[in-house]
Amino acid sequence: MWMLRAVATVLLGLSAAIPMAQAKDDLVIGVAQFAPSLNPNTDATVVKSYVLGFVSRPISAFDADWKPVCMLCTTLPSIDNGGAVFETAPDGTRGLAVTFTLRPDLVWGDGTKVTTQDVKFTWELGHNPASGFTNSHGWERASRIDVLDAQSFVLHLNRVAVDYNLWDDLLPAHLEAPAAQAGDYLHSTLYSRTPTNPGLYNGPYLVTQYDTGAQIVLEPNPHWHGAPPFFHRIVVRTIDNTAALAANLESGDIDMAPGDAPSLTIDQVLALQKKAPARFAFLFKPSLTYEHIDLQRDNPLLSDVRVRQALLLAIDRQTLVRKLFDGKQPVAATWVNPLDPNYTDQTQTYPYDPTRARALLAEAGWLLGADGICQNAKGDKLQLEIATTAGNKLRELTEQVLQSAWKSACISVVIRNEPARSLFGETLKKRLFSGMTMYAWSSVVNESPRKTLYSTQVPTAANNYGGANYIAMNNPALDADIDAADGELDPQKRRTLWVDMQRIYAEQLWVLPLFFRAEAYVLPVWFKGFAATGHGDMSPLWSENWRAQ
Amino acid sequence: MRRFLLNRVSQTALVLLVMSLVIYTLIGLMPGDPLDMMLASQPGITPEAVARLRLIYGLDQPLWLRYAHWLLAVLQGDFGYSRSHAIPVWAVLAPALWTTCQLMLISFVISVVLALVLGIVSAIRPGGWLDHAISFTAFAGISVPVFWLALMMILVFAVQLHWLPASGAANMGDGGVLDRMRHLIMPVATLALANTGGFTRYVRASMVETMRLDHIRTARAKGNPERRVLLIHALRPAMIPVLTVMATNFGTLFSGALLTETMFAQPGMGKVIYDAILSNDFNLALSGLLFATLITLLANLAADLGYAWLDPRIRL
Repeated sequence: MWMLRAVATVLLGLSAAIPMAQAKDDLVIGVAQFAPSLNPNTDATVVKSYVLGFVSRPISAFDADWKPVCMLCTTLPSIDNGGAVFETAPDGTRGLAVTFTLRPDLVWGDGTKVTTQDVKFTWELGHNPASGFTNSHGWERASRIDVLDAQSFVLHLNRVAVDYNLWDDLLPAHLEAPAAQAGDYLHSTLYSRTPTNPGLYNGPYLVTQYDTGAQIVLEPNPHWHGAPPFFHRIVVRTIDNTAALAANLESGDIDMAPGDAPSLTIDQVLALQKKAPARFAFLFKPSLTYEHIDLQRDNPLLSDVRVRQALLLAIDRQTLVRKLFDGKQPVAATWVNPLDPNYTDQTQTYPYDPTRARALLAEAGWLLGADGICQNAKGDKLQLEIATTAGNKLRELTEQVLQSAWKSACISVVIRNEPARSLFGETLKKRLFSGMTMYAWSSVVNESPRKTLYSTQVPTAANNYGGANYIAMNNPALDADIDAADGELDPQKRRTLWVDMQRIYAEQLWVLPLFFRAEAYVLPVWFKGFAATGHGDMSPLWSENWRAQ
Repeated sequence: MRRFLLNRVSQTALVLLVMSLVIYTLIGLMPGDPLDMMLASQPGITPEAVARLRLIYGLDQPLWLRYAHWLLAVLQGDFGYSRSHAIPVWAVLAPALWTTCQLMLISFVISVVLALVLGIVSAIRPGGWLDHAISFTAFAGISVPVFWLALMMILVFAVQLHWLPASGAANMGDGGVLDRMRHLIMPVATLALANTGGFTRYVRASMVETMRLDHIRTARAKGNPERRVLLIHALRPAMIPVLTVMATNFGTLFSGALLTETMFAQPGMGKVIYDAILSNDFNLALSGLLFATLITLLANLAADLGYAWLDPRIRL
């Protein structure tokens, strides 16, 4: 007994020094992964983009309304305002000259001005294959750069591209040039060697502490050109286990779980909302992450479009989303999110209709067998395999619901799940799946579907499995639409092309659309000025507006 | 003794060499590479950029050639760079090692001390109510999964009682000794409790066996007090088999440490190795795993030396 008393006394003594609630001028954010390096142009990961949103700004980005806006520039160039003009590229193709002017008050965290020298340096490094750049809006799009003065520059594009006015983060030439000259940029960049160097960042916060694998501490940038950010300190803490992360929220050790970075899953957020509805603010923002099922073109059972349509008609996606996700994740009709300006609701849709599904199967020659499974005249059974990422509880649950619905429609589906590594690294990459594969695809606003739907992007040994057209889509009309849309700058004309692409996609139905994932946020009730975006330009890009109230 | 040490050092080197080959091959044979994962998760990255990166990281070379390059560099003392962190491997491993050593050593010492006390008490009257109670608790400790125990501790001591911090190594703006100690309590307690059960059972079994031997009867017949019989005449020989178990278990503490590090957000070796394997960070994973192997081998060496100390009849 004396021992128990002693232990309790020690614990109480230690707990006396614990701050029961974090002061409101500090914000602790819990994420499930650590950002292993902070160079904005290399080794892209979602969590890195999230942290960088606080400390570094791209030249331009999509805002919360999915509209492109200037972040480092003064005016977003366009054909209408004369910032972008057509020109003939040296190889004779039709290109673009895009003029940007940087804000005059931009300063790096060490007080050095941000100038066109930084743009030129970043552009040059982006053209060096050894630099390892993997940013979303590649610098290689511009074949030439003309520096006009300390603030203005012209980027010359060899082809007309829709994303001509979207450019990523700059690197500080005064710090990074020596690293680049050393020849081994990936290993000599200061972002990895001295990530707390203030001169590396130009956002409202600076990295002041970088504890590998544990946490990144951010503090206000004294040279930030805008209004001073509210929080004196923001900590992005890594807690890999999401159950532990949820417990940390409840204990008050962390203040928020963001939905745009790897953190709590939507079911955990929904559970927390039921448990403590008033303790936190909850936000669900539909995102560009598209959950779907790819069908194997080489499987003869799936060659008839009526079978593919029956597969979709046989599943009740609305009920699935309502029951599993509290209706927070909108059902998808195609890969285009309803929030996207190119979205159309005029495509063929497949609402739950098991009777129609049975009828289509019968038309295709599949009749109900004695064992409840459809058979054709040759005696073949309508039996398919489905795979998804093993261990992903929500996907596995979804899969079981779908399997049961398909069974009711006389389609037998066998579940063969695989670890994510093997699914993405082997099965999908080499198109080894026999029937169906369920996974999610992330895209950026207005992103061309070239990588996933264009005929030359089918991964094969010949192209070193480089493409991501896993359904082996090979439709000349769709290819023509993609070619035309990628070079069409008129939004209306481009939308027309996108509408046609969505029509073809929905009619051909080589992909069964499920739903768009929602970003699920748990926020402190005192937290204001926050706006979720639902796309790759994440909420911290506007973190200077965040405050406690 | 000198010959024994030389033998053990050469055995250790050989084991490390074989282990490095096995680990490198196993990681290399895992489906996909880090760039496949990047391609799947990063919209906008072009296949050309992926091909370029494959070249930069040497992933276009056959596995055996990559291993040969790695081995050659290691023999020259160059453990290379971590691919995911883009800094030298030791710059990642050193702080993680410090965290894990704290966790492992403190929890190991606590679990050994607890196991000795409980094992001896249990062995004094085998079959008595105290023996039953200790055995029940020990089995509970063995059976409870570490991650569940960790989660329960967080829920009780952090969420409900607010006595201890739920995660991290130190509070923002603090980082004093007391603060760090507070952050270590739950991970250390979890790891210690998880190991105490097994150790206690071994100590008990060994002590019960030893207490039946002739020299214990002789010691008692000579009029030695029971405490002396237990602690001097019985404990020393009883410790020889226990020492083997503890030495072998020292290596497995790494796996326990991985769970506690993950649950309590402690940036230690277990978590570093796990993340490195998942992201195909060969240099980091290999160096981490080889270090874990080295620690296990050293623990076994210490156990061998311990035998000679415990029983002078044993000649090394």
